[in-house]
Amino acid sequence: MSTATLPEQSTHAPAVPRPPVKRKRRYTEDQVSAGKVAWRMAAGLAVLLIFILPYLIMFFGSVKSKSEIRSVDPTYLPTEWRWENYITMWSTPETPLVQNLVSTIIISVCATLLVLLVALPAAYYTARFRFPGRMVFLFLVIVTQMLQPAVLTSGLFRQFITLGLSDTWLAMILVNAAFNLSFAVWIMHSFFAGIPKEVDEAAQIDGASRLTVLFRINLPLVWPGIVTAIVFTFVACWNEFAASLVILSTDGNQPLSVALTKFVGQYETSWHYVFGVSIVAIVPVVVLFMLIEKRLVGGLTAGSVK
Amino acid sequence: MSKTTKQKTSIPAGAATGRPRSGTGGKDLLDALPWIAPVLALIVGVVFFPAGVMFYNSTRDISQSGIDKGPVGFDNYLEVFNFAYFWPIFGRTIIWVIAVVVLTVLLSLALAQLLNKAFPGRQLVRLAVIVPWAASVVMTTMVIYYGLEPYFGIINKFLVDIGLIDTPEGFGWTRNADTAFAWSIVIAVFVSLPFTTYTILAGLQGVPGDAIEAAKMDGASPSRTYFSIVLPQLRGAISVAVLINIINVFNSLPILKVMTGSIPGYDADTIMTMIFKYIQNQHKIDVASALSVVAFVIVIVIVAIYVKVVKPMKEV
Repeated sequence: MSTATLPEQSTHAPAVPRPPVKRKRRYTEDQVSAGKVAWRMAAGLAVLLIFILPYLIMFFGSVKSKSEIRSVDPTYLPTEWRWENYITMWSTPETPLVQNLVSTIIISVCATLLVLLVALPAAYYTARFRFPGRMVFLFLVIVTQMLQPAVLTSGLFRQFITLGLSDTWLAMILVNAAFNLSFAVWIMHSFFAGIPKEVDEAAQIDGASRLTVLFRINLPLVWPGIVTAIVFTFVACWNEFAASLVILSTDGNQPLSVALTKFVGQYETSWHYVFGVSIVAIVPVVVLFMLIEKRLVGGLTAGSVK
Repeated sequence: MSKTTKQKTSIPAGAATGRPRSGTGGKDLLDALPWIAPVLALIVGVVFFPAGVMFYNSTRDISQSGIDKGPVGFDNYLEVFNFAYFWPIFGRTIIWVIAVVVLTVLLSLALAQLLNKAFPGRQLVRLAVIVPWAASVVMTTMVIYYGLEPYFGIINKFLVDIGLIDTPEGFGWTRNADTAFAWSIVIAVFVSLPFTTYTILAGLQGVPGDAIEAAKMDGASPSRTYFSIVLPQLRGAISVAVLINIINVFNSLPILKVMTGSIPGYDADTIMTMIFKYIQNQHKIDVASALSVVAFVIVIVIVAIYVKVVKPMKEV
């Protein structure tokens, strides 16, 4: 889910990059005592630890042996490091994890591509041209931004059965694309709107066609917006849970988020495998998200994927 | 894209200010269609149409195997409201949303304040705060569920080690509806903090430094400065964060599904988990649709408030 309002300074971000460091300093005392800095560092360290703690537990658990992770006297750190878990976990009997991983990748990649393909032209056109119904269109986009698959799952479920698409990747690609579309349109729209129209006009005077202007002149300028849209969409699709849970009924079709829940309540849960798979699933998207961290602080926040 | 020649006739709007004049003629709309129709098709086909299907199904009698047996008026709604646990579930949904959102916003305000100050290693802390945002909520919840397991859970072990729990086997947090629900609130706050903190952090960048400087000159205490200068400036950021969080927390399924899903009964359910119990455990898609419509109406009301308070269209 994502917000629609973008702080005003963001609208000229791509064309006129401002020095962000200066702005941060404005709300920081010029002279800070060493004690204050030490206090902040201590608080910062505590925050850092709290936020990565669950994932540290995950990581240490993923390299423990099955007997150790189910030991009645649990250990904080592994006594012996079983790196081979990362190989053996893929053939666990609970769920076909390899297929689940493939399913997650295919659904996320295809949905992200679909979003880009569909949202980019709309974002460009609504930012550059006037037409009747433009506001209605943008309003629709904003409203869907506030809707999530969970609340519509029962309707989606019946609709896909009727269409013969139940339990298919295509169904989940469409669901993921539709529910993440609005954020992508919105963020790219604001980037296109931030390019002064003089840029376009100058290029056209030089004889460039509309498509040349779009691809050669505008796209490089809105590139940060496109990257942000791609990352947000991809991470949201990667973690989607509610609709997949109901629409994808076959074990092999399900994404990892759904497949892993089958381990809960098992007589002997292979937690070390759950954690190994979780680490594999979490690290790439965390890295992707960190790439756009600047944009989050800058106010293009517009969003959360949860 | 093949319609390039047509687009040349359209007049570029005053895009730099983001305020093109509103157009007239139907020809302009026709020109726009190839660019916006795919978006419309997806929104109508996968958001609005299923919403319609849901409304329709909520008035039908649908068998467990999915066969439509005809109209039943409001019977499905009556089943939803007459269910003995409905009002407790409704009340718990409100507690769930309010507790999570209030705690999230309060903690995020403090967190953003810290992350806005200069100190060595701040960038690293900011990156760490992102992690629960990007990570799957299901997976984050599962590691905490494991940690709370009696006997071998690592969080239990820690609580025993520091002396908060005196039973060596730990406490059955995940076996009891109330404690599992309370821990679900903790997890929901944890995964909501990153987005909220970053939204407030973005808001803090807009607080004019000279106003703070002036307040300091006038001898205002740091807390006075915060409450009378900084906090009012954050009004926009906080209202966005609150409303988005309300929607997200209301719609949240994975945390409660993992934490309380294996507990029998309905003592830890919210409207959202109840919808999925109707779909998955009872195979009553008609009743599930009726409850979904109730949830949908609640969401629409929140969205309406959002549009009114935040006015997202003002910057188009």
